[in-house]
Amino acid sequence: MTKSKSWLSLSGIGVFAVLLLAVAPLMLTDHWLNNLGKYCCWAIAAVGIGLAWGRGGMLVMGQGVFFALGAYSMAMHLTLETAGDRIPGFMVLYDPLAPLPMFWEPFRSATFTLLAIVLLPVIVAGILGYALFKRRVKGAYFAILTQALAVALAVLISSTIRETGGDTGLSDFKYFFGFVLNDPANKAMVYFIAAALLIVCLLAVWQLYRSRFGELLVATRDAEERVRFLGYDPANVKLVAFIVSALMASIGGALFVPIVGIITPAEIGAAASILMIAGVAFGGRASLFGPALGAMAVGWGQSSLGSTWPEGWTYILGLLFIVVVLFLPNGLSSLPARLAAARRKPDVQPTPVIVAAELEEVRS
Amino acid sequence: MTDASLVVTDLRVEFSGFVAVGGVSFDAHPGEVRFLIGPNGAGKTTCIDAITGLSKGTGSARLGEKELLGKQVHKIVRLGVGRTFQTASVFDELTVLQNLDIAAGRHRSPISLLRARRGVDPSIEQALEETGLSGELATQAGILSHGQKQWLEIAMLLVQDAKVLLLDEPVAGMSHDERTATGELLQRIAAKRIVLVVEHDMDFMRRFATRVTVLHQGKVLSQGSVAEVQADPKVQEVYLGTAGAATTAAMSVVPEPVAATKNRTED
Ligand SMILES: Nc1ncnc2c1ncn2[C@@H]1O[C@H](COP(=O)(O)OP(=O)(O)OP(=O)(O)O)[C@@H](O)[C@H]1O
Ligand SMILES: [Mg+2]
Repeated sequence: MTKSKSWLSLSGIGVFAVLLLAVAPLMLTDHWLNNLGKYCCWAIAAVGIGLAWGRGGMLVMGQGVFFALGAYSMAMHLTLETAGDRIPGFMVLYDPLAPLPMFWEPFRSATFTLLAIVLLPVIVAGILGYALFKRRVKGAYFAILTQALAVALAVLISSTIRETGGDTGLSDFKYFFGFVLNDPANKAMVYFIAAALLIVCLLAVWQLYRSRFGELLVATRDAEERVRFLGYDPANVKLVAFIVSALMASIGGALFVPIVGIITPAEIGAAASILMIAGVAFGGRASLFGPALGAMAVGWGQSSLGSTWPEGWTYILGLLFIVVVLFLPNGLSSLPARLAAARRKPDVQPTPVIVAAELEEVRS
Repeated sequence: MTDASLVVTDLRVEFSGFVAVGGVSFDAHPGEVRFLIGPNGAGKTTCIDAITGLSKGTGSARLGEKELLGKQVHKIVRLGVGRTFQTASVFDELTVLQNLDIAAGRHRSPISLLRARRGVDPSIEQALEETGLSGELATQAGILSHGQKQWLEIAMLLVQDAKVLLLDEPVAGMSHDERTATGELLQRIAAKRIVLVVEHDMDFMRRFATRVTVLHQGKVLSQGSVAEVQADPKVQEVYLGTAGAATTAAMSVVPEPVAATKNRTED
């Protein structure tokens, strides 16, 4: 990676930060600011997917699992905060006398909840990744396995209505760490937290991509055996990227809860996990901004088109995906470089130039 | 750099019943350019695979006091055994510098891995100079010429500080001049390291080998200096029987005393 390119990316993050933290709050209504906050949550998860999949070559099809760890940790805490000393409302519906399930108890503590949001995905991804990468599970097997976990977790939550709210999910949160959630000022605060954390995640991957670790990760993605023969254990390299991506998904999930006000298995299952991947592919999985912007675009499509014209939206999304995969395998963020390449050499077969441009992209 | 020798004793590798290597013994010492030759399928690559932990082998392969067989790939590398592959495998998307930096980096702490690189390691500069790649520092490895890729692989072994270099057909596809340059490079490298070369190119072997082991169907057919091996009737028979005319012709040429060989054996 060239120095100037790296600093250009950094100023790009700066511009993005100004747009999210200063311009958007001035321009958007409360409703749309809240929506933008939701897209930020998906974007945070997407940044992690870009790291694991785009740079690390691990097709993480089950990020919903880690999204759920963050989301349900947060949702349990907010539910308990709302319920106060009583048993949460939905539990009373099924059995008014039963006590609070054991695993809910620690989530009364704000500190425990915040720790859980950070540590649970790290522990789960650590164990899972260690088992899979040491055994050299990769490619389609890895993708299917992670996807299956997302399905399993969604089914588990659906089937434990009394403990987790089942398909109806957890909702009706009144407080967020002491702040009243239906106060627009507090809603805006939650938005700012999500937007700021998205910027932090972008900064984190910016540093990772320009670091030696970033180079090693790309090397591992492209020639794992070769990396092994240089004395590294590729499993460890992949593990770090996988854990970071899981952590980001969890943070996205945790903020999703106060912003959207509800979490259900549908938000974390197979379809949701694939939608996260779709946004990343759409934006450009190996680029710095591609995953975040792609996820935000898909999120926006989801809440505007998806609510006014739901049947059509599914087809548009499918079509978009096909077009991107066929014509822009490196996503929309590779479009400028491709156009520039096409303009420079209109008659010549542009492949080599494109490759070079996309390589630039990968190393940015 | 190293005084230890690589000693392989009674190495056997089986693939679900098929004996690819059936009791091969040879040794390689610092200061010599050691060659392993043999017709296609003789088991040359499999020998290297077993030594480097890629295939499971029985018997013994010792580097000095240390047994290599049975260890994990990256642990064997950490003992100082480096290898190249029959098909050049460099990181195509990374630059020459990035390739070498990764090769040099296995001693780095996790924290230093998280920082961006500043400047070029002296060991990398030295390896670039040694392999004549100094001008290609910022070139994408994927667009290097075939020969340059092979040199980059050798340079990676140098910065990795390998005591043993196992090179699988390093001059395949190279022009005559490139072969000569590679041979001279190997002779320089071999002064302080163990260099074992698997090759099909008999002309290259004759010019640069100090000692040769001929494998055939997973067994050692002959062993010795270039002249001894070429004079061996068993070797001539195998090469007449199995290899193409070019190889046969190359084998039958009486070797001239190789200047390089003498230089090497002096020290
Ligand atoms: N992974 C494997 N599974 C099964 N058989 C294998 C495997 N690897 C090699 N073999 C067999 O072992 C024998 C020796 O192969 P090897 O690759 O070592 O030959 P080689 O001497 O390197 O030949 P070449 O000159 O063609 O590279 C061959 O018959 C090959 O088919
Ligand atoms: Mg071979």
